[in-house]
Amino acid sequence: MKALLRNPTTAIGAIMCALIVAAALLAPWLAPFDPVDQNILDRMQPPGGDFLLGSDVFGRDVLSRILWGARISLVVAVTSIALAIVIGGAIGMVSGYIGGKFDLLVMQVMDVLLSFPALILGLIVVALLGAEIHNLIIAITLTAIAPFARIARAPVLSLKERAFVEAGRALGFSHARVLFVHILPNILSEVLVMGSLWMATAVRTEASLSFIGLGVKPPTPTWGGMMRDGFDSILDAPWLSVFPGIAILMLVLGLNMVGDGLRDATDPKLSGS
Amino acid sequence: MSAPILTVSGLRRHFVQTKGFPRPVTTTVRAVDGVDFSIRPGEAFGLVGESGCGKSTAARALLRLIEPDDGEIRFAGQDVRAASGRDLVALRRRMQIIFQDPYSSLNPRRTIGRTLMEPLEVHGVARGEAARARSIALLEEVGLPPAAMGRYPHEFSGGQRQRIGIARALALEPELIVADEPVSALDVSVQAQVLLLLKDLQRRRGLAFLFVSHDLGVISWFCSRVAVMYLGRIVEQGPVAQVFATPRHPYTAMLRDASPIPDPSRRGILPRVIGEIPSAAAPPPGCHFHPRCPKATEICRTTYPEWNDAGGHGAACHHPEGG
Repeated sequence: MKALLRNPTTAIGAIMCALIVAAALLAPWLAPFDPVDQNILDRMQPPGGDFLLGSDVFGRDVLSRILWGARISLVVAVTSIALAIVIGGAIGMVSGYIGGKFDLLVMQVMDVLLSFPALILGLIVVALLGAEIHNLIIAITLTAIAPFARIARAPVLSLKERAFVEAGRALGFSHARVLFVHILPNILSEVLVMGSLWMATAVRTEASLSFIGLGVKPPTPTWGGMMRDGFDSILDAPWLSVFPGIAILMLVLGLNMVGDGLRDATDPKLSGS
Repeated sequence: MSAPILTVSGLRRHFVQTKGFPRPVTTTVRAVDGVDFSIRPGEAFGLVGESGCGKSTAARALLRLIEPDDGEIRFAGQDVRAASGRDLVALRRRMQIIFQDPYSSLNPRRTIGRTLMEPLEVHGVARGEAARARSIALLEEVGLPPAAMGRYPHEFSGGQRQRIGIARALALEPELIVADEPVSALDVSVQAQVLLLLKDLQRRRGLAFLFVSHDLGVISWFCSRVAVMYLGRIVEQGPVAQVFATPRHPYTAMLRDASPIPDPSRRGILPRVIGEIPSAAAPPPGCHFHPRCPKATEICRTTYPEWNDAGGHGAACHHPEGG
């Protein structure tokens, strides 16, 4: 962990992520205004003055909306990736462990899932189920299951040939025990690294879906939704789109930097520790 | 002479592979092609042969780590192939395996303590403190300090890891240990220590061993009886001293003459070994050994020789030495 933060890129990424998590947690206290409170008299105020980051067409404070919007982005990203890790990871592990025709079939299904661009798949699901936060989570989970199945399967294929797995069988351990007690800890770091990288993708997908109007319904603040709202007046009031855009950039970049750092930290001497 | 603890007869395992497109070609590798032997309680039985002759497959097949295709395996009168579920788990307690590669045989993410305690807990032999105490005793038995309990495999050398593998195999107090090339991945000096440890354990615990190796020296020191395998079949079997002193099968003679003697005064010209071991996917017709055999005649090219057992030292050859 210490060695991880000694890498400046990773440290910066971790700080960026920590700031956003703090902002999301402390939104009720940090936000100077109610994020959905409309105030027509103060509409389209430029940054500075009463509104630090300006106000939108309804006179809502952009800073407050960004702080509250961080909650949606994080909840959607964390929940959907956690679900994808559990579901996709289990599918990949079991498939790789059983092998043979079963593995072939499961992986073909995963390939079909993988062939849909994340946004298209998300679009289909949200269009079918409706624009609700839990449907957004389902949509993003679906897009991430296949990559996690692949990531979990590959190391299982090589680990199951190792003698310690055979030793477990010879000692009379059940397949479930061998797979989840012995193999799982050996692939966990790879899957978690992938998780942090995919979290960034989930944030982007959520923002993209919100941007095209398939995200969480207004007036709930979301970063993608805010960008879309500001898009109409981007020339007159660029702050409306730019600030939520910067927020998305910070979170995605931060997550990617942390993910890269984690990958480097676990990669070289995996067999050792 | 007591009744055998393990009897294997007609053990067979073929690997079938279909490859190629658009015209798939199916190849059948006859890794183990009808193997018979038996091991008495407390006896060390050697299985020797070149790489790829199927000795490791045979060893794994009798533990059902690789499912055999055919044949009968009886352990203490129980049918191993028919066992399933609880019976199989109970059988596995009584037969354990030691692996060749000490670097892959231990889970890198578990401490030695957890590795040793786990089988005790899974089989309900001992739990908690009792399991701990037993594990420490096991470590002591293989010559490692109790401090090893909290360490991870990468903190140990190859020889030490092999000792840990042996301790794990002993945890459930088996009656038979399958040792699959247990010392061939180790340095010569460490080999000697590990072999002495195994010999000591065999004597102390009355263990029966199936000792798989390609090293005739190790086999003749460790085992009392030996079977020589060639291309999935046993070609000669008998007491170690007899088999290596007066081999009846030309292949055994060739193996023996090819292994170096550490004595400069007896340095001679190594006999030329003719040819390579043929592929087990396409064994030659007749006696599998005939293309490399100096004594081959017409019958060897057409008919696989019958087993002729002359007083416990048998061979499958049309022209055995000494009748």
